[in-house]
Amino acid sequence: MAEREQKRRPAQRDEPTVEEEAPASSERGERLKAEIDDLLDEIDEVLEDNAEEFVRNYVQKGGQ
Amino acid sequence: MAIAKVCGIETEYGVLVVSPDEMSPTTASSLLINAYVARLERKIGWDFEDESPQLDARGFAREGSMPPEVETHLVNAVLTNGARYYVDHAHPEYSTPECSTPLEVVLHDRAGEVVLRRSMEAAKRLLPPGDEIIVHKNNSDGKGNSYGCHENYLLDRQLPFARVVQRLTPHLVTRQVYCGAGKVGQENGADPGSPVRFQISQRADFFEEEVGLETTLKRPIINTRDEPHADPQKYRRLHVIVGDANLSEVATFLKVGVTAIVLAMIEDDFDAGRDLTLASPVAAIRGVSHDPGLDALVELASGARLTAVDLQWELHGLARKYAEERGLEFVGGEEAGSMVLDRWERVLQGLETEPESLAGEVDWIAKKRLVDGYRERHRLEWSDQRLNALDLQYHDLRPEKSLFARLDMERLVAEPAVERAVTEPPETTRAYFRGRCLAMFSAAIVAANWDSVVFDVGHDPLRRVPMMEPLRGTAKHVATLFEECEGPAELLRRLGS
Repeated sequence: MAEREQKRRPAQRDEPTVEEEAPASSERGERLKAEIDDLLDEIDEVLEDNAEEFVRNYVQKGGQ
Repeated sequence: MAIAKVCGIETEYGVLVVSPDEMSPTTASSLLINAYVARLERKIGWDFEDESPQLDARGFAREGSMPPEVETHLVNAVLTNGARYYVDHAHPEYSTPECSTPLEVVLHDRAGEVVLRRSMEAAKRLLPPGDEIIVHKNNSDGKGNSYGCHENYLLDRQLPFARVVQRLTPHLVTRQVYCGAGKVGQENGADPGSPVRFQISQRADFFEEEVGLETTLKRPIINTRDEPHADPQKYRRLHVIVGDANLSEVATFLKVGVTAIVLAMIEDDFDAGRDLTLASPVAAIRGVSHDPGLDALVELASGARLTAVDLQWELHGLARKYAEERGLEFVGGEEAGSMVLDRWERVLQGLETEPESLAGEVDWIAKKRLVDGYRERHRLEWSDQRLNALDLQYHDLRPEKSLFARLDMERLVAEPAVERAVTEPPETTRAYFRGRCLAMFSAAIVAANWDSVVFDVGHDPLRRVPMMEPLRGTAKHVATLFEECEGPAELLRRLGS
């Protein structure tokens, strides 16, 4: 459906600004990946000592 | 003409008591709030005069199906930033003051987190050593209990409610692709045959109806509570209960900003493009949430099928056209509106091409990376409780435990501005009047609520100052008045003249 194609792809309709942003966004992706590796390194220290008990005790009744 | 989308967010926070002694969640919530307000000069109570949560926007009153909610309001405070901080059911709840732009909502939502964090610290000082009350900004305990993060938008009373139901539902069902907060597992009717390991939304599992008045059982996608907290002849307050509480500022910004634009288009009866009415909204909201791969198709009443991202693209295309033809004044100006449209577009592009690239902006994607990474590194089964603990801890407000805080996600508001918003009201709505009254004349105020402030200046009967217009009482209107008034009596005299 041609009409739908036109509507749903502003990126293709638009000028090249979007493509210029692409390298920056994958750079950001790389940076985030490095960050997540660092975070996983420290997560065991941050995670509740007894995760199972913590999760079991987490009960929230009476909400909207 | 669409009217200004005055808006705000009310968040029920999760509470966990760490103590060898028994303490009910209601008591814990009260303790948090009392500990916080005890730090302040004087506590001002809430005035229940205008509360009518039983009225229905479709035009009929309740038939005894709703419990009277006011009875459970044990602690209620109004803050100098115009916010309301109170116990609702078994949770501490923070309602931001009325805001006039999406970014202002982000600012005050963040200020609410600061208030809760300070409440935790203050409560800890009151409790025996080792005890504490832990607060989470989430919406589910993973055991079938949910609590809400509700948004409110000012609507024109003239707008037929049936049109809201028809045209807003497709948006509310699909917007979770950028404002879902993510969840490990499934609740409320999980099928052991095809388990959902990770889903986009915290709340989707809890929606069972398309339209209705309930908020605690059989929750509807469109809530019909008709309690405008403003001139009921002119206004409606749309109470949106379907959203997740977000930690990501970008997610909160889009949640409120895009919804405000969609509502303005509905209000103006702007070209709706093709009919996006969904064949089965309840099934669709779960179907979308249960597919973090973003391939799930929603079916329209016409029989056509498309992904949630594609449906959002259609709304985005209409919104661009609307902005060009009618402008974006109603979300606080062209600049604020364009910021929403541009970010919305970029996020949809990201979802379509490389969702992982949005891990710094979208809560569910950030959480999923964390859960997937941890699971793979330790080779865990999905049933491992450490994954549920990770999920919970993403939302933990304790700075040393919060996983969100470690992710360095994109910020839209600066810390000094958040700090100011903890005590200062927005300048562009009636929250300014409420907040300044409380900051300057608290000794003379006996109660306050969304649409009035009640004064006791000693010699006269109590004086109620009504605030039925959400856009009056702004800094522009009354800042000079506050500067010039010596005391509350003079303020009342000059307001009356």
